[in-house]
Amino acid sequence: MSATMATAKPLNRAAMAARAAQDLREGWYVNLGIGIPTLVADHIPSGREVIFHSENGILGMGPAPSPDQVDPWLINASSQYVSLQPGACFLHHADSFGLVRGGHLDLCVLGAYQVAENGDLANWAMTENDPAPQIGGAMDLAVGTKEVWVLMEHTTKDGRARVVHQCTYPLTGRGVVTRVYTNLAVLDVTGRGFVVIDIIPGLTIEALQARTEAKLHLP
Amino acid sequence: MINKIVRSMDEAMSGIQDGSTVLIAGFGHVGQPIALIQGLVEQGARDLTIVSNSGGRGHTGPLARLFEQDRVRKIICSFLRASSLAGELVRVGKVELEVVPQGTLAERLRASGSGVQAFFTPTGAGTKVAEGKETREIGGRECVLEYALHGDVALIEAWRADRWGNAMYRATGRSYNPIMAAAAKLTIMQTQHLAELGELDSEAITTPGIYVNRVIHVPYGDPPPP
Repeated sequence: MSATMATAKPLNRAAMAARAAQDLREGWYVNLGIGIPTLVADHIPSGREVIFHSENGILGMGPAPSPDQVDPWLINASSQYVSLQPGACFLHHADSFGLVRGGHLDLCVLGAYQVAENGDLANWAMTENDPAPQIGGAMDLAVGTKEVWVLMEHTTKDGRARVVHQCTYPLTGRGVVTRVYTNLAVLDVTGRGFVVIDIIPGLTIEALQARTEAKLHLP
Repeated sequence: MINKIVRSMDEAMSGIQDGSTVLIAGFGHVGQPIALIQGLVEQGARDLTIVSNSGGRGHTGPLARLFEQDRVRKIICSFLRASSLAGELVRVGKVELEVVPQGTLAERLRASGSGVQAFFTPTGAGTKVAEGKETREIGGRECVLEYALHGDVALIEAWRADRWGNAMYRATGRSYNPIMAAAAKLTIMQTQHLAELGELDSEAITTPGIYVNRVIHVPYGDPPPP
């Protein structure tokens, strides 16, 4: 780590999820992708009513149940046991994705391999001919929801940029991402590219830019 | 008297041909017609095209048996794990793969059941899944032409069903079950509970019996843990 990183402490996964959770608005219908995005539900500020959608057919998904409250028939998209919020309902798969594609969800929060400055999203395959493609519901969420936020580490484990000028991995959707939350910063995707709207304490814009392939802009 | 309830797995599986497209419902480990998949393993049909949300996990379970016995020519799914047996067979070129975004997969099934031959959707535009497909700009958005996905056979799991094949599901056991039930020529349903005709609440019947050909009572209890 360079000297400029010395005083800055990157957010851990829970803190990244908590940072994104602060920005969810009262009354929003929200889909959380698998991985770090799932953790967002644990950090919604108390008193703020948000309704969660799970692609396997729940509108009004609640938190993980205590072990004695598990319903073996009630799982989320990651096959984890969940509960129901009061007022929840079940949907079959075509209706569950109809409300996604139909533009009824306010927000989805997805993980990603790369996000480009034009909002392109890559999150389902590592190579052009990945023999184990994992699209799931991501392509439908990417084109269907009003806001698409990405929650991911700012760089790969070996230090390569994920916030890029142009995606090199296969695309999930073109020009769909509206905001990126990383362990170092929060970036809005705008007509002029990435705009830094938040940065962790102790990190300079120059140090953030050094870890980012795309050009960063100030608000 | 209409009675779609069959008494044996042999009867439930009779007539499934080699080369069939088989729709297998469920999401994760919930809502999967495990007994019927096992029945298909024993029935012996080969050269199958399997339509399922995912290719399954690991090497266990009846779906993996179908792959292990070289009975599957092609899998159509939204999600394939590299560590699954299906994933391994796809990687070495022994099984053909068609990967479909999950919402498009669901809509292709709904289209089949409701007589819509094809539809245009923005999902996947500009990505690999649109390669080789007709696209058109509609309402200012680039859309991809996707065709209805017809099954020869659908394997369904219900929570309660009656002798007409009317059925309801439990919690996330619904998922693909209602749309796959409507999308196949031969729909075979296993149910945890049998109900008398008239006992199911008409407001709560999710799959009307018109879509269902055979019902078999398999009271296996709760789904296995994930």
